[in-house]
Amino acid sequence: MISKQLIRDTVVKLFRQAVTSLPRDVECALEKAYKWEKSKISRIQLNAILENVKLAGKCSIPMCQDTGIPLVYVKIGEKTGVKFLDLRKSIAEGIKLATKEIPLRPNIVHPLSRKNTGDNTGISRNINIEILPEKDYIDITVFPKGAGSENMSFLKMLNPSDGIDGIKKFVLESVVKAAGNPCPPTIVGIGIGGSSDIAMKLAKTALLRPLKEKNKDNKIASLEKELLEKINSLGIGPMGLGGRTTALKVNIEYEYCHTASLPVAINMGCWANRYSTARIYKNRVIFPK
Amino acid sequence: MQTYELKTPLSEKDVKKLRINDIVYLSGWIYVARDKVHMRVLEYEKKKKKLPFDWKNGVIFHCGPLVEKKNNRWRIVGIGPTTSSRMNKLQPDIIEKYGIRAIIGKGGMNQNAINSMKKNACIYLAMTGGCAASAAKSVKTIEDVRWLDLGTPEALWVLDVERLGPLIVAIDSHGGSIYQKVDSAVKNNLKELIKS
Repeated sequence: MISKQLIRDTVVKLFRQAVTSLPRDVECALEKAYKWEKSKISRIQLNAILENVKLAGKCSIPMCQDTGIPLVYVKIGEKTGVKFLDLRKSIAEGIKLATKEIPLRPNIVHPLSRKNTGDNTGISRNINIEILPEKDYIDITVFPKGAGSENMSFLKMLNPSDGIDGIKKFVLESVVKAAGNPCPPTIVGIGIGGSSDIAMKLAKTALLRPLKEKNKDNKIASLEKELLEKINSLGIGPMGLGGRTTALKVNIEYEYCHTASLPVAINMGCWANRYSTARIYKNRVIFPK
Repeated sequence: MQTYELKTPLSEKDVKKLRINDIVYLSGWIYVARDKVHMRVLEYEKKKKKLPFDWKNGVIFHCGPLVEKKNNRWRIVGIGPTTSSRMNKLQPDIIEKYGIRAIIGKGGMNQNAINSMKKNACIYLAMTGGCAASAAKSVKTIEDVRWLDLGTPEALWVLDVERLGPLIVAIDSHGGSIYQKVDSAVKNNLKELIKS
């Protein structure tokens, strides 16, 4: 059976990788943006970002001081026999250890008293668990999400008659409202359909899709492209100081919804759209590049 | 668009010569303070209590640092700006009361804050968000830390920095703001995009 220790240690490794090295596709998109920008100020911003990413990777130190809320997405194989309670505990232990060893900034507080737990754990509801039928492994993705971008989340229950134009308008208005706050250039995650909660979850997990991948549905893929072009013609630019690159990518996910609803959720990833994934088998762990 | 090397404490003259789009590299002491420090300072103010630090004419850095304690000594692992608009309501009173000369942050601040910067010869310096590894290299020493009961990201840290930057003068002491210029252009573009 997959041991609790292996799960815990993998979580630590994943957080270290996520906060110190940016996914290569995001770094490439930032390099491209640097070449595309014209104004001195926007180029200064992108240059600072790229230099920082290189330094963080080289020295294995966190690229951003906001090491985020430690979100964890787990898919647990049915055949692993790992108990849910053990899984939750091991992940929480991993988060505590990562906080101390890497270190991560202790960000997690009680929502009302605002008292800091000091170890980045809460009630464990920030751990999302899904079942993988028939499988004998566990897939874990850690997604340290900074507050600058997370605070710029938007949900609107549109009328079905608002249609695609209504969706576009809501997305553009939200990006304008967010302005420089989510540390643009951002990845804009959009969830369409489902119910209010499902739409937001889709928007969040859309940020975990590699930038070169389009939505498999052609119509949605062309909406992603159109929205990206429109967002970048707004002129918000890197860090909201003006420029051509406000977003690196728009990723849309959808689910069927009630005939009377059209939920649309937006969740933005800052330029430091950091995440890491591993697959844990009984005796080994695979970290895809 | 000019580049300046400045050292704290900043004089009124230092601040007034700066215009939006200028670039600044800053050295000297800065006061790291975000939501909770601002709230507590205003509470102290209300109760007429004396602050345990003197940030008169100082530079405030909107930041929650990533720190590490080793051998009983604090060390900065990463620093970078946090969203300044969260301090919109709290900032003007602090600028006025303590003669704050500069705010370092990201995302800019609202009209009230801009007005108070104009009135009190204060500027807003935009720092690139999330560049914690590079920025930490500018920190020479931690001079002081107060109010650790607020948690390390929310405590007041006094840092001695060398050539922190490049920082962009995004709001100057003459009422100019890059964010406002960008915002009005963006809103016009939005109107066109929604129409078509």
